[in-house]
Amino acid sequence: MTPAVTFAAVTRRFGAGPAAVRAVDRVDLTVPEGAFFAMLGPSGSGKTTCLRLISGFEKPDEGAVRIFGQDVSGTPPHLRNVNTVFQDYALFPHLNVRDNVAYGLMVRGMARRPRHERAEAMLALVKLAGYGDRRPAQLSGGQRQRVALARALVGEPRVLLLDEPLGALDLKLREAMQDELRALQRRLGITFVLVTHDQGEALSMADRLAVFNEGRIAQVGTPAEIYDRPRTRFVADFVGSSNVLPPSVTQALGGPPRWASLRPEALRLTPPGGAVLAGAVTAVRYLGSASRVQVAVPGAELGVMVPAGEAVPEPGSTHGLAFDPAALHLMEEA
Amino acid sequence: MTAAILPARGLGDRLTAVFWRRPRLLLGLLLGPPLLWLGVVYLGSLAALLVQSVFAIDEFSGLVVYEPTLKTYAELARPANLDIILRTLVMAAAVTLACAVVAFPIALCAARHATGRWKAVFYLGVMLPLWSSYLVKVYAWKLILAKEGIVTWAAEGIGAGPILNLVLSLPGIGGNSLSTSYIGTFLVFVYVWLPFMILPMQAALERVPASMIEASADLGATRGQTFRTVVLPLALPGVVAGSIFTFSLTMGDYIIPQIVGTSARFIGLAVYQLQGTAGNLPLAAAFAVVPIAIMVVYLAVARRMGAFDAL
Repeated sequence: MTPAVTFAAVTRRFGAGPAAVRAVDRVDLTVPEGAFFAMLGPSGSGKTTCLRLISGFEKPDEGAVRIFGQDVSGTPPHLRNVNTVFQDYALFPHLNVRDNVAYGLMVRGMARRPRHERAEAMLALVKLAGYGDRRPAQLSGGQRQRVALARALVGEPRVLLLDEPLGALDLKLREAMQDELRALQRRLGITFVLVTHDQGEALSMADRLAVFNEGRIAQVGTPAEIYDRPRTRFVADFVGSSNVLPPSVTQALGGPPRWASLRPEALRLTPPGGAVLAGAVTAVRYLGSASRVQVAVPGAELGVMVPAGEAVPEPGSTHGLAFDPAALHLMEEA
Repeated sequence: MTAAILPARGLGDRLTAVFWRRPRLLLGLLLGPPLLWLGVVYLGSLAALLVQSVFAIDEFSGLVVYEPTLKTYAELARPANLDIILRTLVMAAAVTLACAVVAFPIALCAARHATGRWKAVFYLGVMLPLWSSYLVKVYAWKLILAKEGIVTWAAEGIGAGPILNLVLSLPGIGGNSLSTSYIGTFLVFVYVWLPFMILPMQAALERVPASMIEASADLGATRGQTFRTVVLPLALPGVVAGSIFTFSLTMGDYIIPQIVGTSARFIGLAVYQLQGTAGNLPLAAAFAVVPIAIMVVYLAVARRMGAFDAL
């Protein structure tokens, strides 16, 4: 099966001469067909530039971008069968919702009636039936988001690109939309490529994700792979609320002198006597279903999850730490 | 421990406190003088002039008869006066159209591509002509367009003399030379009012987010489709604002047609002559109503066409 999108040693530089910045630095990437693929990274890591390389709003300086096997280097955005949900939604304020959704069909020459029917069907799919006559300005943020989604999907693109689509929504709506997007992707079978800086979003929605750092991909894998076995310190730091252990602490825990990660859920508080690691509680954060307790041990500060219902320690009290040795993950790179 | 309320440091603190308690006071103080100026001095005198139009002049004594009548408006319908109105209207429309066509690429370039230093160069380039006297510019154009001027000289130099002569021989708008033809008047109008079209257009285009143009291309639109269906509708309020400037400025101007062009009269010139030498204030006032009426109709049409929907 041809992958939906491939990057072969793609570089994109901004600026000129010695001051040039490699926003995307020799990136190799494969997005399988039908995947919900997330590109995760902090701002400036190159993930959005990668998305724009797929949509055609950026051109690679080196390397090749292929969509379903076809090199798109010379193909302008309007001829790529790829649609984007923009971060600010970019709905046309002078058109009503129906005409916004039907825009892609209109510019491709579909007659008014069939394109309005298709737009209405799409609006129904995103649960906005009956909103066709409204202007974008009369909609809430979540509704605009759905219109943008309907507009991007109505032309049945081979790949749907989503640029931080949920960034402007409040938490509850965001979680609901995450589920809906996931369900929609499964139902339509279209390849989704999502750009986000929110690791929770990437982990919960995607079935594959790439973690970006400084224009390069730090790791590609399934959410579980990335979360449980981060390849680098950066990935562990960025993706998880995971503890990153310097070599000295790994050694104290009985491992080799290498950087390692240890999930907070895999640590338990014990009485201080006789523990391999012990330290004072520096902070306690209540998370609802659990409390995250920060314990300062020699060489590191570790987060420990204390499930709700168990006794939460006082800040300043000293505790020992026990852990599940199988959960200790050694990283390949520092 | 400091007190919960800090001591006032002086008049500024106390005044700010007063304005905080009475927000409308500051608004009133700021708006009062200009509204007084605009409302009483400007609109008042304009109204006083326009009221004159419902009076008429006594043909024997030459004195204004202060009895409401529509006689003066009927006079506007005389062929000679209708000619003036039509000539002005056509000129204003042509100037506005030409300004819009010339200004659009400039405004688009400034709004989309110019940043930092280039933006400053753009503003300077657009505004610079406004710094010199209007009369100087018009007389300069008279020389440029004169038979012995640089345009004729250059046209002959590159062998385009026959083309120029062909243009000048066009019936109705041609003439002896560019500076004595309607074409000359038109060119000078376009030059003089162009900044008033560029600036609002640029402001409107700048407000069109880049992502909207990208969204259009993303959905499959060509550049032409994006221009027609996204850029133009969104920039239309700016285009209309600019056209209000160029249209009304052309309709009211009485200097350019006097200096460059045929000596045929335009509305501005007619008003100027009627209220001055002729002493026919009612007819001058009636003429002054014409551009106002045209602008009202123009704005109503623009509104109906949805020019302000994107505001």
